[in-house]
Amino acid sequence: MTEGAVLRAEGIGKSYPGVRANDDVSFAVAPGEIHALLGENGAGKSTLVKMIYGLVRPDDGRMLLNGRPHQPADPRAARAAGVAMVFQHFSLFDALTVAENIALGMENPPPRRALSARIAQVSQDFGLPLNPDRRVVTLSAGERQRVEIIRCLLQNPRLLIMDEPTSVLTPQEAELLFATLRKLAAQRTAILYISHKLEEIRSHCDRATILRHGRVVDSCDPRAHSARDLAAMMVGGDMRPIDRSGRQAGEVLLQVKGLSQPAPTADATALKSVALTLRAGEILGIGGVAGNGQDELLAALSGEIRNAPGTILLEGADLSRLGPEARRAAGLLAAPEDRLGHAAVPDFSLTDNTLLTAGARKGLVRKGLIDRPAARAFAQDVIRAFDVRTPGPETAAKALSGGNLQKFVIGREVMQAPRVLVVNQPTWGVDAGAAAAVRQSLLDLARAGAGVIVISQDLDELLELSDRFCALNEGRLSAPLPTQGLTLDQIGLMLGGAHGMEVAHL
Amino acid sequence: MIRLVPRTDTPALLQGSTPVLAVLATMLAGGLLFAIMGYDPVTAIRTIFWDPLFGPAASYSRPQLLVKAAPLILIASGLAVGFRAGIWNIGAEGQYIIGAICGAAVALAAYPAPEMWIFPAMVIAGAAGGWAWGMIPALLRNWFGASEILVSLMLVYVAQRIAAWMAFGPMKNPEGFGMPGSRNLQQYPAAANPELIVGTGAHWGVVAAVLAVLATWFLMSRHIRGFHIRAAGTAPRAARFAGVKPETLVAFCLGLSGALAGMAGLFEVAGPAGQITDKIGVGYGFTAIIVAFLGRLHPLGILLAGLLLALTYIGGELAQLTLNLPGATVQVFQGMLLFFLLGFDLLTRYRITRRIAA
Repeated sequence: MTEGAVLRAEGIGKSYPGVRANDDVSFAVAPGEIHALLGENGAGKSTLVKMIYGLVRPDDGRMLLNGRPHQPADPRAARAAGVAMVFQHFSLFDALTVAENIALGMENPPPRRALSARIAQVSQDFGLPLNPDRRVVTLSAGERQRVEIIRCLLQNPRLLIMDEPTSVLTPQEAELLFATLRKLAAQRTAILYISHKLEEIRSHCDRATILRHGRVVDSCDPRAHSARDLAAMMVGGDMRPIDRSGRQAGEVLLQVKGLSQPAPTADATALKSVALTLRAGEILGIGGVAGNGQDELLAALSGEIRNAPGTILLEGADLSRLGPEARRAAGLLAAPEDRLGHAAVPDFSLTDNTLLTAGARKGLVRKGLIDRPAARAFAQDVIRAFDVRTPGPETAAKALSGGNLQKFVIGREVMQAPRVLVVNQPTWGVDAGAAAAVRQSLLDLARAGAGVIVISQDLDELLELSDRFCALNEGRLSAPLPTQGLTLDQIGLMLGGAHGMEVAHL
Repeated sequence: MIRLVPRTDTPALLQGSTPVLAVLATMLAGGLLFAIMGYDPVTAIRTIFWDPLFGPAASYSRPQLLVKAAPLILIASGLAVGFRAGIWNIGAEGQYIIGAICGAAVALAAYPAPEMWIFPAMVIAGAAGGWAWGMIPALLRNWFGASEILVSLMLVYVAQRIAAWMAFGPMKNPEGFGMPGSRNLQQYPAAANPELIVGTGAHWGVVAAVLAVLATWFLMSRHIRGFHIRAAGTAPRAARFAGVKPETLVAFCLGLSGALAGMAGLFEVAGPAGQITDKIGVGYGFTAIIVAFLGRLHPLGILLAGLLLALTYIGGELAQLTLNLPGATVQVFQGMLLFFLLGFDLLTRYRITRRIAA
């Protein structure tokens, strides 16, 4: 299989200050193969593909593309060599049409009319319905991705790299994408597919190279293994047992009733009569594909978006009309997904970042005046209790690694002893050790009698933590089911909108 | 092709020294300009930057330093608060004019009453006028999403027309023999803003400027509102998460900078200018933008930058008198200063590469 491989990597290594991102990575992608790069966040997948695409240069090892040495100085050189990449985040101009966007990305764009014809041709050939004359602003996430894919396909690539392409897609759009990938593979294009979604890889990929801590730990046929096996390879044998003991569901803490809210911006999701009940000592898991209302639900609970009266009750008190500060004072705390820029101010020190949420509950702000020594002491406490690796509380938030900043952000909320804590993607992009620490802290918080809501796209995380599970789908929240005894099939149905289907059947 | 690539880490020294570098570069480029125009560059630079303070006529020009610096510092202190939050009030000149008109209106209405309350009431009216003029862009932004940059700037020209109308119409001095312009408030003791210590140039506006520096320093470094302003400027979503309402912040910042600019206008019209004329706005509101940035949006920096810019005003006038330099010299200098400052700032945050990336 390695003979005649489109891409071959031999002993690739890359170090960043303090971390070995890739170490002795070797693998090969054959023509017509959909090859998965599987690994946890921080396992080194992104670094590896950035090297292939010319964004980063390897320290050691060599790459061969179609048997010739592949050392792209920049992405343009990589594209010229036949490598194309679809990024997780799109770089499109909203105000321009599909064809104009594609022309902008080309070295020598053909005349507009010819280009539109080619776009139409490619979109038809590969089953990617797309009108070249539509403005990008009117497109869905899936359609925007198609623009990026067609932009790549027009270069006739030998190797197509896709970075977590389904994280923004609905299940239907994902199916369409896989159909396209199979057509491409049938034409001998090699596809390198990055994901940590096990089921997806099992059903669609021919081969999987599994990375852990920057090293290749295994290479296998994913169809021949169970999701559990793949997960074990991905995280290694050192899965730390999590202590779920000692919790009992107590009185009702938080009640959300008929929470509806229009989409605040064009690319946001509207919430549709969301209802939930959270008891003391309980962890409620909310799963769902990204972009189904997770951010909006967190904003509605944190108070960033105010709600209709009577929709959010904490221990009987109506918090619906209150802002974030008043809700925190009442005991409803939250930690958003985006650490840098939402949960924390990147340019501010950790001390200053405590002031973002802990001013009232920790007495760091009195009558509007900042008590800086108290803030520093609290930052110090969080750093110590959550093992945040940083030179000190005066370090800027952006200087911390993702895992350490996440520990700080979660620690900042947990140490305020909330009645209810809502977290979104608490371990996203965090190394396994930090993720385990964050999860354990949430369990400990619940054991101490608080209620916790975990919103996550990581099903394993939800199954591990939550007592009850519900799915968020296009802004609708399904009825909760006990996590105990829940199968992946059932969850898949819930995530795929089975909730909506039930309604349709009634 | 030349490209700008963000620097991953900016040396702190470089960041702090850009204002000094910008001043030096302005002197160099200015000297070059004078040389091209046929003047002796060394004499010209000395006349602008040295003579006002230490030259032969310094005893006349030195008090002018505080007279000119006070409005600049007062306005810039307010502007800097908004700039920190990413709220761009470009129309301080208009708020200054309206403040002057409102303050003068109190005095002219009370004329010739000798009561003690008149001057304080004028200060309040001046601040209120500037605040109200600043609230127009704030409300338009909050209600309709209108750009406060454009609205505040356009309102400057409206304010100038109002000043002209006042000077030729309602506020015209009835004893002024038909000349445009209001009564001279310097000759109305209850309303005048006199020199407090003879020979220093210090009037109540100087006191207000010092207080504004102290107050904004306290606000930005000790008060949670200042913290929220700083957070909103660098990470708006984090600020909203903390509990900041963007609308409140817009109103606060535009209101504050408007009120301070209005006060500056009042002190000017009751003191150095003396009367409402159609030329009451002399550009302090625009120059204060340069002062705010040259001072790194920091109250202390603004204090120093205000004094420096005041020096260019006085030095420019001196150079006009003694060397026959053109009157536009001051503006050219101020423009170059802002240009070099922004240029050096850009280079501290980005480095230039010639590589062509994707």
